[in-house]
Amino acid sequence: MRANCWAGRNEVEVREVPDPAILSGRDAIVGITSTAICGSDLHLVDGYVPTMQDGDVMGHEFMGEVLEVGPDVDPTRLRVGDRVVVPFPIACGACAACAAQLYSCCENSNPNAGIAEKMFGHPVAGLFGYSHLTGGFAGGQAQYARVPFADVGPLRIESDLTDEQVLFLSDILPTGYMGAEMCDIRPSDVVAVWGAGPVGQFAMDSARVLGAAAVIAIDKEPYRLRMAEEAGHIPVNFEEVDVRSRLLELSGGRGPDKCIDAVGMEATHGSAHLHAFDRVKQAVRSETDRPHALRQAIMSCRSGGIVSVVGVYGGFVDKFPAGAWMNRSVTLRTGQCHVQRYMTPLLERIERGELDPTRVITHRLTLEEAPRGYDIFKNKQADCEKVVLRP
Amino acid sequence: MELTATTTVRRPVAEVYAFWRLLENLPSFMAHLDEVRTTDEKSSTWTASAPFDHTVVWEALITEDLVEERIAWRSTEQADVPNEGTVSFLPSPDGAGTEVHVHLVFDIEAGKLGRAVAKYFGEDPRQQLDDDLRRLKQVLETGEVVRSDGAPWGKRARKEFPQRPAQPLTVEERREVLGA
Amino acid sequence: MKAVTWRGVNEIGVEDVPEPTILNSHDIIVEVGLSATCGSDLHLMGGYIPAMRAGDVLGHEFMGRVAEVGPAVTKHRVGDRVVVVSFVGCGKCWYCREGLWSLCDNGNPNPGLTEALWGQGIGGCYGYSHALGGWAGSHARYIRVPYADNGAFTIPEGVSDERALFASDAAPTGWTGAHQAEVRPGDVVAVWGAGGVGQMAARAAMVMGAERVVVIDRFDNRLQQVRTHIGAETLDYEEVNVPAELRELTGGRGPDVCIEAVGMEAHHPGPQYLYDQVKQQMRLQTDRPTAVREAIYACRKGGRVFTLGVFAGVVDRFPLGAVMNKALTLRGAQQHGHRYIPEILDLMSRDEVRTEHLATHVMALDDGPEGYRMFKEKEDGCVRAVFRPGG
Repeated sequence: MRANCWAGRNEVEVREVPDPAILSGRDAIVGITSTAICGSDLHLVDGYVPTMQDGDVMGHEFMGEVLEVGPDVDPTRLRVGDRVVVPFPIACGACAACAAQLYSCCENSNPNAGIAEKMFGHPVAGLFGYSHLTGGFAGGQAQYARVPFADVGPLRIESDLTDEQVLFLSDILPTGYMGAEMCDIRPSDVVAVWGAGPVGQFAMDSARVLGAAAVIAIDKEPYRLRMAEEAGHIPVNFEEVDVRSRLLELSGGRGPDKCIDAVGMEATHGSAHLHAFDRVKQAVRSETDRPHALRQAIMSCRSGGIVSVVGVYGGFVDKFPAGAWMNRSVTLRTGQCHVQRYMTPLLERIERGELDPTRVITHRLTLEEAPRGYDIFKNKQADCEKVVLRP
Repeated sequence: MELTATTTVRRPVAEVYAFWRLLENLPSFMAHLDEVRTTDEKSSTWTASAPFDHTVVWEALITEDLVEERIAWRSTEQADVPNEGTVSFLPSPDGAGTEVHVHLVFDIEAGKLGRAVAKYFGEDPRQQLDDDLRRLKQVLETGEVVRSDGAPWGKRARKEFPQRPAQPLTVEERREVLGA
Repeated sequence: MKAVTWRGVNEIGVEDVPEPTILNSHDIIVEVGLSATCGSDLHLMGGYIPAMRAGDVLGHEFMGRVAEVGPAVTKHRVGDRVVVVSFVGCGKCWYCREGLWSLCDNGNPNPGLTEALWGQGIGGCYGYSHALGGWAGSHARYIRVPYADNGAFTIPEGVSDERALFASDAAPTGWTGAHQAEVRPGDVVAVWGAGGVGQMAARAAMVMGAERVVVIDRFDNRLQQVRTHIGAETLDYEEVNVPAELRELTGGRGPDVCIEAVGMEAHHPGPQYLYDQVKQQMRLQTDRPTAVREAIYACRKGGRVFTLGVFAGVVDRFPLGAVMNKALTLRGAQQHGHRYIPEILDLMSRDEVRTEHLATHVMALDDGPEGYRMFKEKEDGCVRAVFRPGG
């Protein structure tokens, strides 16, 4: 089959690789109809996430048709011919983390748990197409994918919603939603979202449906801010105004009650000299992640408020404002998204028209065009917000 | 050499104890064990693979068996690598699972194969035992050892790197992985 | 009257200062019975906390008798035996109403300094620099207590002065940590630091139903106090590998809740990383978050890490990747004691919280410099030096 593979730092390549086959009784094989490029794929391509290997199949947002199921998959759960969206964390459904609905912390789905454990103290779940640290599972930017624990993760789509309406249930819509949910939003809350990329846009929409009084979008790309504004959010361009002052103005001097970091590492934010400091340290690998958005979120958030982090971080950050965090009783909540927990309720919200995930799609390409897709997404060419690939 | 490791399995103590007590089950999650055959209520024969395609065989004796609480065993006199172990089972605080605590002692100096075996365990024997318990948890909670495309070897995964790329296996690789 | 004052970096003196008088209608004057040294005072002594002035009266943990009441005070009468919470809370602003008393909008007449440092100002605290309000401290014969109906609590009969004293700061700080970290029945809780605050956090966790509580330190006498007076387990970090031992204790899961009560280790200043004028003038050192890092590494996935140790600035090598991938919740706070002290006093009267043992060295005000020296050097097993201004 054809698949988009990691071909070394800053390079992806569509190659011919073997077709997947059932390896375990609870596997399914999915013929992929739609897949997408995610901001976190850029971290992998840049080489910021360790343990990538030449030939790794990329992609963790995908959906398609079930072509084959293993003998141990419960037929009431999944059958050949089902149309499914596949969540990016692989979860067994049986461990304590899954029982607590912390699916991205599944204790059984990562065969390389030992590596992750050394980095984080504990292993994390297996993820599709996301380095060997998270299991070494082939991803979904391909014609077919093997889906382990297929009786737990995949969501059947039985209505006539289009691929584009439901594809993002695999990652970015639940990720944005979880960012807002972790904020415990109350009706009077002002919510500020750093990053108007696709996850940020969905975090904003989610904050609105969860009842926030006002939602603020912080970015520097005019087209992304315009997209947020068109959806009813308040744009703040951090290259044009002082973010903290603007946020105080927009919140009666209190600061936003809740802040969401939807940028993560590689943030290109904030004051110039600090940014340069981070760049140097990141280049020499002593600091792995650059946390501008997060620093600004912690410093801007109302005392006693919540900063929720859905931007991805992998290693260590410097200049973490512990004094502000501790003295001002700011709660920091985070996690890779527990996608399985949110798929059904969000599908219902899409069906009811409360959320329209298609609004972020700007580019539709074929699988063969994947490298070009990475390029325009990374360089924000042609007002690129989200690229969908059709294998 | 003394090793301890622990894991929490989300299955009742009775089930986890029973699984371990049936010693034939041990090779399903212990990487170095090829086979365990019980000869009577207390005695068993253990076969493990060793470096250079050798196998090591020894007899073991259960020295303590407290139902749903603790099992202890030790190798008998003729073993090349004298060893003994204890596994204890405790209910986890939330009542939904079982804490498994393992304690192993190997006399690697005494046996003639000692050094080779020590080497075989790798640089980090504790990691080996941790991984064994991770697989025990996988087997009990999900029914089998998880395989990814990059690490498809199941319980035979001894070394985590280098791996094969995270792309589907060829027919030959699949045969090798599943046939074993 | 006689008072223990800050005279300069690492210089403590005893001098004559004017007696306080009622300045606001909600004030009372308390004749101090006992007044304790606190670990956070060491940060002041070392000059790590900005805005100290020569002559500032130290001390923020105290009890005594009401000597005078302002016209708006309804709860207190002259002669009442009271313990006073260290932070000044007005009881009317949003923060006080939310129970976030140490963030009171009105309790700090000088919020500008902490606002520059942390994004927003925090509440006031007795004897804790002009950045936290410039309130005269309690190492003196008398002290003025503003908003006395909120901040002073009548001590139940049968609770000794030595016990009630620590209901001012150490105990409510511990309660803040355990409560806001959401300790639940069945939890395993690890506490870094066996000083007064760490011991009280451990006791609070036990009262809230924790299954097991483990306190980590390196001083034998403190660990012995934990075992004898608190009833928790202990680990000596100079003798065991703490994360490995915690894993072993928890069946590989890691503690559900990790509470850090160590702070920025003022006695081990790190290299200076100063970024802007304000902070430079403040001589702020980079804080060393060793215990927080270890707590993040050890905590179970989806668990809670709470920091009670005082941080002032920024920390480097902060393991945000582990926080994010393990889906941890991070919180910190100064104490919100107003909401916990009534319960603590009740538990003290039923002998369920014991604190006398913390007062290892009781001395006269004249011995102030010597008391601080012993406390800082941990000489003669000193856990807390306590002054008795009445002699």
